[in-house]
Amino acid sequence: MTAATAAMRDAFGTALLELGATCPDLVVLDADVATSTRTSAFGKKYPERFFNVGVAEANMTDIAAGFATCGLRPVVSTFGLFLSLKCADQIRNIIAYNNLPVVLAGNYAGFSDSYDGASHQAILDISILRAMPNMAVIVPGDAVELRQALEFALKRNGPTYLRICRNPTPVLFDDAPPFEFGRVRKLRDGSDLTIAVSGVPTFMAIEAARRLAARGVSVDLLEVSTLKPVDAQALVESASKTGRVLTVEEHTIVGGAGGAIAEAISSRCRAVIDRLGIEDCFGESGDYVLLLEKYGISSLNIERRADALLERTRP
Amino acid sequence: MLKTSDPAELQLIAKQTRRLIIEMITAAKSGHPGGSLSAVEILVTLYNDVLRHDPANPRWPDRDRFILSKGHACPVLYAVMAQCGYTPVEELKNLRKLGSIYQGHPDVRFIPALEASTGSLGQGLSLGIGMALAARLNQSPSRTYVVLGDGEIQEGQIWEAAMFGAYHHVDNVVAIVDYNKIQLDGFVKDILDLEPLVDKWKSFGWHVIDVDGHSIPALQKAFAEASATKGKPTAIIAQTIKGKGVSFMENNPKYHGVAPTADECTKALQELA
Ligand SMILES: Cc1ncc(C[n+]2csc(CCOP(=O)(O)OP(=O)(O)O)c2C)c(N)n1
Ligand SMILES: [Mg+2]
Repeated sequence: MTAATAAMRDAFGTALLELGATCPDLVVLDADVATSTRTSAFGKKYPERFFNVGVAEANMTDIAAGFATCGLRPVVSTFGLFLSLKCADQIRNIIAYNNLPVVLAGNYAGFSDSYDGASHQAILDISILRAMPNMAVIVPGDAVELRQALEFALKRNGPTYLRICRNPTPVLFDDAPPFEFGRVRKLRDGSDLTIAVSGVPTFMAIEAARRLAARGVSVDLLEVSTLKPVDAQALVESASKTGRVLTVEEHTIVGGAGGAIAEAISSRCRAVIDRLGIEDCFGESGDYVLLLEKYGISSLNIERRADALLERTRP
Repeated sequence: MLKTSDPAELQLIAKQTRRLIIEMITAAKSGHPGGSLSAVEILVTLYNDVLRHDPANPRWPDRDRFILSKGHACPVLYAVMAQCGYTPVEELKNLRKLGSIYQGHPDVRFIPALEASTGSLGQGLSLGIGMALAARLNQSPSRTYVVLGDGEIQEGQIWEAAMFGAYHHVDNVVAIVDYNKIQLDGFVKDILDLEPLVDKWKSFGWHVIDVDGHSIPALQKAFAEASATKGKPTAIIAQTIKGKGVSFMENNPKYHGVAPTADECTKALQELA
């Protein structure tokens, strides 16, 4: 792990700009947040392949679907909240139903639109997108993985939701093996407890696992960036070994990563599963890090919840 | 609370409102100055002259309703409501801070006197029509005022509401479009032009009043005309300037969602002295 940070949205903007050169079918659509999501750079370089549709997310989504039926590779970009909610019907009944290769870029995800407050914070997007047949859901752990996931999604034969954080976060996977769709990344081998983490909190889980290890607790640490289809085999293998799983996500614990992981494990092996994430509530305005902390998403709280899970399940 | 129809007095409140907007967004280091400044005269005229409301009794059933559908412009709403006595003026500087009642978008959990939390664009007109129809069903004299952004009305739901409002003769709702010609990514005409906007609302069956949105007397006249209009809803197309009152913000798309620096704040406050 390097000390450097990078924002996924910047990596997204840069990647689109570069992919524009090698992928002539790439078309980018945004709904009046191109400055924020960084698609504006692509728009400047490739104006004929860029459509800023205005504040009209639903319209944008079905236009992209139309492009996809004609062999183009559209990327639809707006805030994850509006994409998952205002366009839910368009995505489900046109894009997913017709299995169209559209990349859905859910920007400003989690609490990262922190100061705008509850109305803008996408903390239920995973639950919604995950419930749609044909959909792939990828929640990258850093900017490097986001870039690799985007390149994968542009080749996938079907729709893909990509969750993109607004703010700089630690770069974790610069020197790591590349992102593999549908596979977890094993970050630490252990036997006492599984921590399965998705998205931005990955760096926090790495820190928590390190501190737990220093105290003699051995953690099997898995980064789960593909939430659909989830890597059931790797998860079950780890859960069978440890018998305890703590899931960690920057999302409501109703149907998010914790839900996906619990579903995969619970019918295949016996393990106690605790889900750390945003409890069933709305967010609020504030500094990103302070908000994450207040809602329990911090390395300290991961450590605390790991301890509590171990305590509860002591043989 | 100063209730007045005197344009000179309202003008003074408008200036103070602009100062508060600049100060609070500067302190927050984020927020939306441009669309807050363009709506100042609209909100000051409504809250200090037109609306039937009582800060001491915010749940009065027959009160008029106000909805800031373009919720990102909440600094103007907070400044106006605070000066009316709904909320503390001193706390405006806590805008967008963790735990502040002044959230990044209007939030009834923190300010119960608001009619609704808003922030997701495109929904306020339907909401307002619901309130206005409820008043009709309840035989209440309550009227509902909804402030919309020009970028915001690119949302399809606005036009669903427009069709519905006219078809059901909802003449106790007033839509005010803050026509400042700029949205988040730039000028409206370069993204998705709305023209001919007056004709659009007319063709949807609305009574339309095209006014200078920074002229308090013109706005007063428009609100009176809206109240006198029976059988159809009224849309006031308020021609405004985004960033109005601060020279370097006026007509500058940059200040849609960027806070002034400390230096810019000083300069702005000098202009608003
Ligand atoms: C449904 C929805 N889409 C996108 C946004 C993000 N957004 C916030 S303000 C804005 C531009 C609004 O422009 P306009 O309505 O003209 O506002 P004003 O100029 O009055 O500030 C956008 C796209 C949002 N808040 N809601
Ligand atoms: Mg505007």
